[in-house]
Amino acid sequence: MSTGRPLRVFLVDDHRLFRAGVRAELGPEVEVVGEADEVAAAIELIGERLPDVVLVDVHMPDGGGQAVIAAVGLAHPEVRFLALSVSDAAEDVIGVIRAGARGYVTKTISGAELTDAIVRVADGDAVFSPRLAGFVLDAFAADPAVAGGATVTFDPELDQLTPREREVLRLIARGYAYKEVARELSISIKTVESHVSAVLRKLQLSSRHQLTRWASERRLL
Amino acid sequence: MVGGVAGGLSARFGIDANALRLLFAVLAIADGSGFALYVLAWLVMARQGESTSIARRATTDRGAIALGLAFATVLGCLLLALGALGLGFAASLIWPVSFGAAGLVLVWRDASQDERAFLRQVIEQAPVPGMPDRQTRRVLVGRIVVGIALVAAGLGGLVATRHPTGATLEGVASAAVVITGFLVVFGPWWLALARDLAVERRQRVRTQERADMAAAIHDSVLQTLALIQRSSGDPREVTRLARVQERELRAWLFEGRPPGSFDASEVATLAQGVAVIESEVEENHGVAVESVVVGDCALDEDLRALLAAGREAAVNAAVWSGATTVSVFVEVEPTRVSLFVRDRGRGFDPGAVVEGHRGISDSIRARMARHGGTVDIRSVPGEGTEVELVMARPDVRP
Repeated sequence: MSTGRPLRVFLVDDHRLFRAGVRAELGPEVEVVGEADEVAAAIELIGERLPDVVLVDVHMPDGGGQAVIAAVGLAHPEVRFLALSVSDAAEDVIGVIRAGARGYVTKTISGAELTDAIVRVADGDAVFSPRLAGFVLDAFAADPAVAGGATVTFDPELDQLTPREREVLRLIARGYAYKEVARELSISIKTVESHVSAVLRKLQLSSRHQLTRWASERRLL
Repeated sequence: MVGGVAGGLSARFGIDANALRLLFAVLAIADGSGFALYVLAWLVMARQGESTSIARRATTDRGAIALGLAFATVLGCLLLALGALGLGFAASLIWPVSFGAAGLVLVWRDASQDERAFLRQVIEQAPVPGMPDRQTRRVLVGRIVVGIALVAAGLGGLVATRHPTGATLEGVASAAVVITGFLVVFGPWWLALARDLAVERRQRVRTQERADMAAAIHDSVLQTLALIQRSSGDPREVTRLARVQERELRAWLFEGRPPGSFDASEVATLAQGVAVIESEVEENHGVAVESVVVGDCALDEDLRALLAAGREAAVNAAVWSGATTVSVFVEVEPTRVSLFVRDRGRGFDPGAVVEGHRGISDSIRARMARHGGTVDIRSVPGEGTEVELVMARPDVRP
């Protein structure tokens, strides 16, 4: 998908200066096909132009990025979302990921890294910032048997991280890029990507008791 | 399990470690020799990864040898007295137990830093009731009184029930003579030893205080002086740095608040401490700090030291690495807390750190060692540095 034509990207952010900054910084692999500064307009324009990837700000009036992802995701599941935020706070992160975003980066990210992240998301991979990795480790930390999830059916496929996934997330949280994670664990980058995608899936689909409780403690969902 | 002797022997000779452990245990129960043998092996075998055995180090430590001998003679007296009282089995234990105890003293005195930290942990976790931890003096006196009463009653009982003709009395008398003899010969020496121990302990406390102070000065004054040298072209920055440092020093000298201490009133949890590091380093050194904290817990002395060492590592990364971003990752697990500081800067050769730049050795390594933590520094010139700090959490309540 990333070879040949440039990736078609749509920007949703209520700060004009930020949109202009992103446009200027993105590499040649990426072409911006449109932008919007509020939720309703974004939903309409994305439906028209069907970009490969939507860069969406988490904090906007009328429901923010979460509302955009939820509305577009139903009608056009092939459109992929990468969430952007200044705050990098737990309540933003888990909300947009569970709404369907395939990754989350902070606005302090460099142009090259952002381009890289867009390509990755377009390829169907997940993009985890160190902090998102930390949140996931935190949310999936406690032993479910101890934390009293007795009333909820516990699905080990979905509600638990494998030791390898945990290792990968730890390294990402420590600031390792995917290729550095691969080298550290002596595995291929593809394997790292598939671990991260598996974690993303769990994060989106798990009905894990801890996850909901963890999230509600931090006022999300 | 304790000294790693069985594991070491099995690694050397290919015998099953558990069989060896069983052998030591059986011999120890039968006549005490298993205990003595175990300690002997502990003394003469070098620990994995260390080049000298404890015994090699002990030969140069005269204080330890004297202490071991004194301990052995006291124990010997006690067992001799028991033997005289007709508790025959005790007599057969005299030699192995005395010898083993003396050996243990050497082990304790001359074990390496790592090993000693491990032993301390083992001892602290052992469920010994009434370790004289925070007991009041009254409880202690009460225990001694009760103890003496029990011993007296026991002796009386022995004398009364067994040989009214005085055979046991004779035994007691002869034991008393022997013990008096020991006292006369060794008594003054024991006293001198006890006094030496007290002096030594005071010195150790003083050394520790000095080390803490040196680390504090390094983290504050020396770091600031280095910054001032680097920004000598910018008089306003120099003034600002000097003023900040002055305020910090005043707070230390006149309000007793050491620089870089994580004040209990302001910072109560690990996550708050990391947030302080993040904002301080970003503010003072102009690099971005990306911190991630998994889990959280209340701070104790050890974790405050962990934070102080972690901040030093972050400051080092900010000042020396040339990287624009420093990553800090902290994870709280049930039994330990780990803190990682990583940069993608120029890196360095950890073996070739210049003597005189005390940051890594004093503020990080020594500080962590004093609190029973570990440090691992990995750095590749041109690729960056990662510092891993781990502190065990002994006081976890489920």
